[in-house]
Amino acid sequence: MPDRELDRHDVFALPSLGADMDFGSVIEWRVAPGDTVNRGDVVAVVETEKADIDVEIWQDGTVAELLLEVGREVPVGTPMLRLGAKAPESVSTPPVQTPAATASAPPGEQAGIEAPLASPFARARAVELGIDLRGLSGTGPGGAVLVADVEAAAAAPTSEAIAPASTTSRRPEISGDGVRSAKRAEGMRRAIAERMALANRDIPHYQLDVDVDLGPMLDALERHNASLPIGERLLPAAMFLAAAASAAAAHPECNGTWIDGGFVAAPSVDLAVAISLRKGGLVTPVITAADTRSTTEIMALLKELVTAARSGSLKSSWMVDGSLTVTNLGDNGADRVHGVVFPPQVALVGFGRIKSRPWAVDGVVAIRPSSVRHWPPTIVRPMAWLAVAFSTHSLDDSNNRRSHDRPRIDHAHD
Amino acid sequence: MTGPGSTTLTIDQALDLTVEVIASIAPDIADELPTLDRTIDLWEELQLDSMDHLNVMSELGDRTGVTIAERDYAGLRSLAAIADHLASATR
Repeated sequence: MPDRELDRHDVFALPSLGADMDFGSVIEWRVAPGDTVNRGDVVAVVETEKADIDVEIWQDGTVAELLLEVGREVPVGTPMLRLGAKAPESVSTPPVQTPAATASAPPGEQAGIEAPLASPFARARAVELGIDLRGLSGTGPGGAVLVADVEAAAAAPTSEAIAPASTTSRRPEISGDGVRSAKRAEGMRRAIAERMALANRDIPHYQLDVDVDLGPMLDALERHNASLPIGERLLPAAMFLAAAASAAAAHPECNGTWIDGGFVAAPSVDLAVAISLRKGGLVTPVITAADTRSTTEIMALLKELVTAARSGSLKSSWMVDGSLTVTNLGDNGADRVHGVVFPPQVALVGFGRIKSRPWAVDGVVAIRPSSVRHWPPTIVRPMAWLAVAFSTHSLDDSNNRRSHDRPRIDHAHD
Repeated sequence: MTGPGSTTLTIDQALDLTVEVIASIAPDIADELPTLDRTIDLWEELQLDSMDHLNVMSELGDRTGVTIAERDYAGLRSLAAIADHLASATR
């Protein structure tokens, strides 16, 4: 590794593509040294445990050097590429290294990081447990410290006693789609299981369910859709998201994160939308500032996110940290979802499927006599369970509890 | 209902078009379509959801000129049902 200093402002590092991402590997570069890039341009496709993401760069410039070898798994924060000044005419840039030569150095050296490499999750856990990362050897790629290493160190009498013998690298196989999708499915299961185990252990959950009569909402939806071409029609899912967004804006104590023992209210309602992938797994891209958007706008974004998730073309600007997660089990799903809060968030809203069920309206519920051919419309209603999982961290005083007790869909009309 | 610009489709043409459109909207299950039983419920068996359903109906409407009313979606759940609907609407 040459001793040239990497200026922080000129280096674009592997971004975190969701709070649960620790590692990623470039599987395809979309730029080459000498290319001019603008903020928002896709520079690489990065494979994470859960999905392939189109990574967009955050600044303008000219690509001077690619710092990562294709296929090498590195921790979040590892420099990906170096930018030169945006002056393509005067070529006074230092000689450009080949990516392969650069990438042979360990990522720690490239980054000039003094503390050992560690996943963001491992760092957070180390702070919680009072473990000094500098005393640890990691078992992750490139010797990176993982959550498991931190927890092992905390459990062991001395950190030296548990130092692992080898630092085996989980180098991804890129030999074919079959191998990759099998690895993906396994990685996805592992990532979700790890995350949910931590969430169940660390978050004091409680759940509230409300049975909601969606008749008025669906009537409004049908009237709205009647005059529109199919491509512009709204789905109940978009109404659910809009309702969750406005409820989150009205209850800021549920919209934010629990970090370092304190609740931080989010400045905007950034809804993480759980999208299931049919081949297995789940991704949670984010609709930012959802409370400021119309239901029509939310519908358009939802369409875009679902299409991108299923065709493997999610963009990094969608894979940011949400302030609240919404899961909608859809028309083939279960009646109720008792979700697990996604740390560091403090609440999760789950909508079950819509189903016609008997329901008392104006204090009346009826048993259908055999002589009556049809159910009276006021008695069988399209119903859905709205279930909200809360972390007790979202409660800071008794007043909040009152508002949680009555979650409601108050955004039924666009 | 036949819209402007719709051309007559045979059942087989409508079936091919339906498979093509579903494959483009749900590429992750495209490989299962050619061998699929035409009468099975796509939404139950292949886990197509309401978003896929809407996208498929929208794209088929655009490609054939057939306007598919929202109340007709519910019955159009298998390849055979969709193809029949398109073929009879363009006849």
